[in-house]
Amino acid sequence: MSALLEITSARKVFGGVRAVDDCSLSVEEGSITALIGPNGSGKTTLFNLITGYLGADGGEFRFRGRDVTGSDPGRLYRHGLTRTFQQARVFPHMTVTENLVAAGGYRWRDLLVPRVSRRDRARAEVLLEEFRMTHVAELQAADLSYGQRKLLEFAAVLMSEPRLVLLDEPTAGVNPVMIETMERHIRERNGVGVTFLVVEHDMQFVMRLCNPVVVLNNGKEIFAGSPADVQQNPMVLDAYLGT
Amino acid sequence: MNVPALARGGVLTVALLALPLLGLEHWVLNLLIFTLMYAAMSSAWNLVGGFAGYPSLGHAAFFGFGAYFIGLWFQHHDVVSGYEPFVILPLVGLLAALVGAPIGWIAMRTRADVFAIVTITLLFVAQTLAFNLDDLTGGAQGLAMPTPPFELARFEWPFYYAMLWILLLSMALTYLSMRSKVGLSLDTVRADEDKALGIGIHVQGVKVLSFSVSVGLVAMAGGVWAYYETFVYPQFAFDPLITIGMVLMVFLGGRATLWGPILGAVILVPGQQYLAYKLGGSQLYLIAYAAVFLLIMLLMPRGILPTVADRLRRRRAVGTSSDAGPPTAAPPSAGAGSSVPVPSGGTA
Repeated sequence: MSALLEITSARKVFGGVRAVDDCSLSVEEGSITALIGPNGSGKTTLFNLITGYLGADGGEFRFRGRDVTGSDPGRLYRHGLTRTFQQARVFPHMTVTENLVAAGGYRWRDLLVPRVSRRDRARAEVLLEEFRMTHVAELQAADLSYGQRKLLEFAAVLMSEPRLVLLDEPTAGVNPVMIETMERHIRERNGVGVTFLVVEHDMQFVMRLCNPVVVLNNGKEIFAGSPADVQQNPMVLDAYLGT
Repeated sequence: MNVPALARGGVLTVALLALPLLGLEHWVLNLLIFTLMYAAMSSAWNLVGGFAGYPSLGHAAFFGFGAYFIGLWFQHHDVVSGYEPFVILPLVGLLAALVGAPIGWIAMRTRADVFAIVTITLLFVAQTLAFNLDDLTGGAQGLAMPTPPFELARFEWPFYYAMLWILLLSMALTYLSMRSKVGLSLDTVRADEDKALGIGIHVQGVKVLSFSVSVGLVAMAGGVWAYYETFVYPQFAFDPLITIGMVLMVFLGGRATLWGPILGAVILVPGQQYLAYKLGGSQLYLIAYAAVFLLIMLLMPRGILPTVADRLRRRRAVGTSSDAGPPTAAPPSAGAGSSVPVPSGGTA
């Protein structure tokens, strides 16, 4: 295995706060890597740096061996790096199918192709089938439950056949059945070669699903290892429980 | 869905093409020309202000651009035919679109209220230039054009058909964009631009495209207007009220719909004329005009068409579910009661 994503000495400062401070980590191809840490440890900021939503104040980001420091989110998406958001950001007044198609990517010369072409629909249907959402295909996304919207956002980013998906708290605010569903989909996709980097507070979920686990504290990685090791590590316990 | 839409468009086109043949009086045709002009411009504004969700207040700058272009054309060319200004209209639109592209590129880096302020600044910059570039624009004296050499009985016809042509072009472009990836992309931009960026939508590209096309159409309307009036002054060609007119009509009829802006223009332009006639020369009619607008917006905050379409949809949803029951067994988590009032993008 080789590193799909490699971050070296990333830094981001907001005023006087060092949200991400000399943070280095790598995500191996084919892994489901967890990124955990106490509130305010810089996980979401790091996500925003990786996906180009924020510009870093320093450090280097390499994806698939290429330097992508400073790339915008759209460009990274087309390279195969994508993310979901903590609050399930879908387009509420578009149908479920349209949400998927919009995320499917198009080239400039396809601009005048129908909104949802026959090919688009076929692609969307495969995913809808996989996510058992066929029956809601023509509903507006706003009509879905919160859990289903999270599922839809996840399904949508898969339309582009990404190499690396960053999931920001995939289980937050959804019911236990939906958590299992989410877990199953992540595993299935991982099985066919998609790499994941997951921010999550549900430790049982993390321990079941992820390996390795990277721990962030005060904007810096303090530990990376197997789930079993994380639970033993005094530094990690210290960061979570305080002294 | 697309056959009724095309049929509606066809009926409208034929009706409007035939209208002058009825032998209408000059004042009626005059009113129709202004209604068509505002319908065309509102429809064009809707591409940016409605579909992309960028409320431009600077569109009158391009209206003035078109007006001055035609005015200057008369200054610097021997115009051989009364129809020549109409023939060069596509050129006016194209030039305005080209000028608009870089302006849109810069202005659309801001959003919402900041964008509105930036664009209204553009309007006043353009007006100030028209006042002060004496050698080019004639300054406050404006530019005069010869009276169009049309037969008196049918004097309004060319202007009427020119405005109609711009309206149909604008509606055709709107329809085309709604049914293509352009519309899908604009919908995502309007709903959540940052998210759209993250799923590879060419956000900046479609925004600038919509701005550019939109201002091109408005400039063409400005060109026809100038020729009809036979003069251009800075304060009338670059008039904030022209921008406000477009915005009000789109909001009234319904943003991001094909027919909303046209409905808005059909209500507001004659409505304003009627009130001005009824309430006389005082400015009272403007208060009445505002009152009509406020009343409708109070009752239908999303505009007439989306509100009406929504009510119909809900009534239909209630009808089918009580008649036939749900077609398939609704899964428990599927938000089975889909009759929740959801604001639709509006495909009316």
